[in-house]
Amino acid sequence: MSTYVLTDSWTMTRRELAHWARQPVQVVVQLAFPVMLLLMFGYLVGGGRGVEGDYVDYLVPGMLALTMAFGLEGTMLAVTQDLNKGVIDRFRSMPMANGAVLVGRSVADMLESAVSLLVMTGVALALGWRAHGGAGGFLGALGLLLLFRFAMLWIGIHLAMVAGKPEVVQAVQILVWPVGFLSNAFATPHSMPGWLGTVIEWNPMSHTATAVRDLFGGQGGEPGHVWPAVLWPLALLAVFLPLAVRRFGALNK
Amino acid sequence: MTDAIVAEGLRKRYGDKAALDGLDLRVARGTVHGVLGPNGAGKTTLVRILSTLLRPDAGRVEVAGHDAVAEAQAVRFRIGLLGQHAALDEGLSGRQNLDMFGRLYHLGARHARVRADELLERFGLADTGRKAVKLYSGGMRRRLDLAASLITEPEVLFLDEPTTGLDPRGRTEVWAAVRSLVGGGTTVLLTTQYLEEADQLADRVSVVDLGRIVADGTPDQLKAVIGGDRIDVVLRDAGQLGAAVALLPLPASEVSVDTDRRLLSAPVTDRMAALSGVVRALEEAGIEAEDVALRRPTLDEVFLHLTGDDRVKEAV
Repeated sequence: MSTYVLTDSWTMTRRELAHWARQPVQVVVQLAFPVMLLLMFGYLVGGGRGVEGDYVDYLVPGMLALTMAFGLEGTMLAVTQDLNKGVIDRFRSMPMANGAVLVGRSVADMLESAVSLLVMTGVALALGWRAHGGAGGFLGALGLLLLFRFAMLWIGIHLAMVAGKPEVVQAVQILVWPVGFLSNAFATPHSMPGWLGTVIEWNPMSHTATAVRDLFGGQGGEPGHVWPAVLWPLALLAVFLPLAVRRFGALNK
Repeated sequence: MTDAIVAEGLRKRYGDKAALDGLDLRVARGTVHGVLGPNGAGKTTLVRILSTLLRPDAGRVEVAGHDAVAEAQAVRFRIGLLGQHAALDEGLSGRQNLDMFGRLYHLGARHARVRADELLERFGLADTGRKAVKLYSGGMRRRLDLAASLITEPEVLFLDEPTTGLDPRGRTEVWAAVRSLVGGGTTVLLTTQYLEEADQLADRVSVVDLGRIVADGTPDQLKAVIGGDRIDVVLRDAGQLGAAVALLPLPASEVSVDTDRRLLSAPVTDRMAALSGVVRALEEAGIEAEDVALRRPTLDEVFLHLTGDDRVKEAV
């Protein structure tokens, strides 16, 4: 059965691509939402607390990291819907490769996030933002962002498997905001009261944002955050990936 | 010839509650087996174990000649499952659903596409094959779900309350589809709350209650369980039902009364004596009847007897 892992995973990825093709408006809305946030924070709210120099340079990496964090909701929602619709039962009653459902979900969500990153950097370029870190720095930054997204993805799958109800998804959709904002996405931790600054510095998303700023060679980047930005997601994956896989396997309990 | 389904001593607990409590079942190849029971009797748990979705806590399960726990993948190649809720991707079209499932049965891209078109044609869905499933009617969804469970022409097909929630037309459509399958040699295990459905489709029926089989046999054998014929008396005035029960030459403890239908019903041993006795007694008391009729018991009555009345259950 394991010989079919690749074909079955591809079939499951195609399923998600077919969803996009059938619902182009939803895809556009999903891609436009973080762009809208970027524009709002860049122009309506304007200027972050404690940020020196050009705010857009500071804001763009923060918004990219925030978009990756928000991806958790989308993953959780999709998995919850599948579990509640009974379509997972059909998959499980068929001789398909065991991991394909989750691999297909991962590949599709990562593809969507990659597209989202490209759209957002495209919009940022149009706004006058520039990456100064060269091609290597740019790709490295995208890599860190996607790694962070990958960790969020498995947290999302795990939460969906544990909670499995649309109401819980709604709660998570709300909670993601304060958690996302308790980071240095919009403002520096130095501008906050002591304890809040500490929380924010500990937020894994802050490490990713700071490392990405560094790799883009722009405002607010500090060297030394690349390792935490690699290790934090890996640590989260080491916890949540096996938990989620085990939960999925335990559906027959 | 071996049995298509063998279950021995199946147990499954959820917390304190035993969903299955030592259930035994054998289903011969090429037959339709009905599993009847009230809500919570363990029907769905049974189907989920037989179709490899759940592991039993104890007991042995063999489906299409393979152990459903140890050789789950081998079983999955040989079964089809129609669950209580449509197991479809609502965001995709009917054709996309069948194509996807065909690929997951490893038919290959080309064959999966051909098979999808065949099945859409066969279930009268060819015209709507491109529409998203969420726009389908309940009956269409059920037919597509059934089509999806037939992609590999399974040896054993599980239908968990296949017509619950369907209108009469949808129900007739599903029944016709099931009958045509059995003609092709498929073994069908069907759970239902509708006794009419079991009566219409099943060669044998098992009545399940509290996680065990409480009776097993052909529909006729089961009807014989609660004795022979029954007499039905429909009165013009429901208010006289009580008086009629007291008065008629029928064993009062076995008379059942349905006020809405102004009906009283009781088992009889001597058909003609009961009929003339009832008619005479009604005339003498001046109670007006709309109808008096003798008939065979329905599976409904068997069902109520077996699952609602402890005394009878123990006797069986």
